Amino acid sequence: MGNFQFLPEQASTLAPEVDHLLYFLVAVTVFFSVVIFSTIFYFAIRYRRRSANEMPDAHQAHNGYTLEIIWSVIPFGITLVMFTWGASVFFTASRPPKDALQIYAVGKRWMWKLEHVEGQREINELHIPVGRPVRLTMTSEDVIHSFFVPAFRTKQDVVPGRYTSTWFTPTKTGKYHLFCAEFCGTKHSGMVGWIYVMEPNDYQTWLSGGATEGSLAENGKKLFEQLACSNCHKDDTTGRCPPLPNLFGSQVKLAGGGTVKADEAYIRESILQPQAKVVAGYEPVMPTFQGLISEEQVLQLVEYVKSIGPKPGTGPADSGQNPAKKPSTAGSMPANR
Amino acid sequence: MDTAVAQERENYLNASHGLKSWLLTKDHKRIGLLYLFTITLFFFIGGAFATLIRIELLSPQGNMVSSETYNKLFTMHAVAMIFFFMIPSIPAVLGNFFLPIMIGARDLAFPKLNLLSWYLLVIGGAFSLFAMIAGGVDTGWTFYTPYSTTYSNSWVIATALGIFIAGFSSILTGLNFIVTVHRMRAPGMTWFRMPLFVWANYATSLIQVLGTPVLAVTIVLLFVERVFQLGIFDPARGGDPVLFQHLFWFYSHPAVYIMVLPGMGVISEIISTFSRKTVFGYAFIAFSSVAIAVLGFLVWGHHMFVSGQSLYASMVFSFLSYFVAIPSAIKVFNWTATLYKGSISYQTPMLYAFGFIGLFTIGGLTGLFLAALGMDIHVTDTYFVVAHFHYIMVGGTMMAYLGGMHFWWPKMTGRMYPEGWAKLSSLVIFLGFNLTFFPQFILGYLGMPRRYHLYPAEFQVLNVMSTAGASILAVGYAMPMIYFIWSLKYGKVAPMNPWGATGLEWRTASPPPVHNFEQTPIVTHEAYDYTSVPAEEIEVV
Repeated sequence: MGNFQFLPEQASTLAPEVDHLLYFLVAVTVFFSVVIFSTIFYFAIRYRRRSANEMPDAHQAHNGYTLEIIWSVIPFGITLVMFTWGASVFFTASRPPKDALQIYAVGKRWMWKLEHVEGQREINELHIPVGRPVRLTMTSEDVIHSFFVPAFRTKQDVVPGRYTSTWFTPTKTGKYHLFCAEFCGTKHSGMVGWIYVMEPNDYQTWLSGGATEGSLAENGKKLFEQLACSNCHKDDTTGRCPPLPNLFGSQVKLAGGGTVKADEAYIRESILQPQAKVVAGYEPVMPTFQGLISEEQVLQLVEYVKSIGPKPGTGPADSGQNPAKKPSTAGSMPANR
Repeated sequence: MDTAVAQERENYLNASHGLKSWLLTKDHKRIGLLYLFTITLFFFIGGAFATLIRIELLSPQGNMVSSETYNKLFTMHAVAMIFFFMIPSIPAVLGNFFLPIMIGARDLAFPKLNLLSWYLLVIGGAFSLFAMIAGGVDTGWTFYTPYSTTYSNSWVIATALGIFIAGFSSILTGLNFIVTVHRMRAPGMTWFRMPLFVWANYATSLIQVLGTPVLAVTIVLLFVERVFQLGIFDPARGGDPVLFQHLFWFYSHPAVYIMVLPGMGVISEIISTFSRKTVFGYAFIAFSSVAIAVLGFLVWGHHMFVSGQSLYASMVFSFLSYFVAIPSAIKVFNWTATLYKGSISYQTPMLYAFGFIGLFTIGGLTGLFLAALGMDIHVTDTYFVVAHFHYIMVGGTMMAYLGGMHFWWPKMTGRMYPEGWAKLSSLVIFLGFNLTFFPQFILGYLGMPRRYHLYPAEFQVLNVMSTAGASILAVGYAMPMIYFIWSLKYGKVAPMNPWGATGLEWRTASPPPVHNFEQTPIVTHEAYDYTSVPAEEIEVV
């Protein structure tokens, strides 16, 4: 049964921020509860009925506009502080830093599959270094799951058909619970795992230990050739489909007007539903790969496209503001993706 | 005892006899009692599921039932309690019985529609009950897609159909109340002379009429998606699973107010009666009900902060959620001010009202935690949420419902309940409730996710506390059940106005005659005007 405690361990940079917000909320709400409860208690005793026929003075005020305004405006002001504070923590929690370590997660009834860019794959376990921001890009193969690490105070639903992301910077080495927090069927409560936060050196050792079948991008490249994507997506503009080098992070002009940023979600959609957004200048000739490749294979392809994107190719999706170098991507050519 | 005396005068209970006279009745009072039997049945069904859940959670390894069964238990607990107990509870039982009397009407505007509403609830309940007996449903009461549409092998359709049908019961009751309040008020019963219970039910009816159709639409979409796999919510076919959440919460958040607003109405009546004072800030309480009904439609996205919805949408929903907190705060402050310089007695309904204020305040204040975006990331989908909404639903609505039942029991049945036992029950329920649900706030912050059959051993202490509380709570709920029935035969005969209250329902006999009043009352006073109560009428029991 472990030691009794009121707070979960604080093991990320976000954890103390959320806990400070908690202290504030607890302080305010306890204060108001005490004021309300003791007032009621006092009135209940002070004005208790002393005889069965006792009638209070019927002419006392039963309206007070000043009072009503006071007890509407003050609480509203306080809730504005709560709103602002809560929103600012949320903002931090929603914006991963650009140098974050990229990890991919796929939820599947009832397990977490986690993949490192270097090619290490884990199930229900995630090894990460302490002190470095980690960004997870997540999707689900079936129903909605939710990636929840109480010690990091972080939670994000993992939704089939799209990528969601979360990030955290672990501040303490150790072993922490990973829970699925969105009900996902029979063994929902068994969809749990552990996060191992390690010293950077240990992490490097761990990374290099164990055989891998190549990095995600390497596997993506193999798949790219295997699936004959390279027949049409050539490195120059001679293919029937848009060239992919330097695509990632750029703005893509679409047939029918408009542009879209080539982020992970866009790449994924273009593989699974190629007709959804056709690149200006290209025919919609690409077949769909929906149902033909797994989410993990999609991730490999995405990672491959990232790896041939503008350097440094290791950053997260939104590192892609690179106006300086985008030679052949969107504008100059063609393409349907 | 005095049975003979009580039976002499004709009233709505003895005016006709036989099962048929009940099943075909158009009397809103009898229909109220039909609802009472129905929802009490569902309360005990839902309670039985809760009992099994709490026993199972005594141990972290889940060694009593399978995970599949556990998932069905918490789903069916919620379905029975929310759709077939909480939503109909106060409006359909107490509202049905008292709303017409409180505005001096002979009945609701559409008595046959009222009977139809009850039948719809029964038919809907039968479908859901069938689903429970046939094998149960395991999706959670939220029916999130694509689990409910593609993956669940349980009785989703039958359950959803039951909820769909019961929804029409809710809509028709709301419609009936709205028309009744507009068209059936007695001479002199102006809008601002209406008791706050009527205002609260009026606001509730607005939500029922405007919100429930969206639930019906959502269920139809769920149905066609599950049966025909159209792809509305299935990403592989171009659909969006999160769309379902928007539709679902567009109804289900306002549904929280369907459940709690009538309770607030009951509390206004009780506080005024047992402090013998006009409710402080009458107009503010009345309009805050309407404000809650309106604002309640604008905050559904606060259930979806981690669903992947846009950051800015989340900010708007968070802001509006704080906005909706204000009308609730106004009510609590006004109730407190009502006590000032009153003549306060501690009869059972008042004890329940105190319990309501305490628990609802905690439930409401913890809502502020959940509305804070950065906090919600951590506590959403954990036991913190479970604790929060049970404080609102069970701590709030259930306390108000029981307070109202005690308050109006003498009028409904013509008998007094035993005061000592009743006071004891309110105390047992209050203590049991807190022991059950307070530990769950801590459990949630520690990170225990909701809907978990198996859980890490470090959460066991708090779970055991919670189960201990639940057993006390069960005893507390059994007590009124027993002494209410007992009082039907052995209770003291109730006078017309046992509490010295001001409402029109206390100006007619206990139990009321078939047409409620011997003569149509003419209203000359504001609500809660204690100078209007003849001193000789105040007969303290």
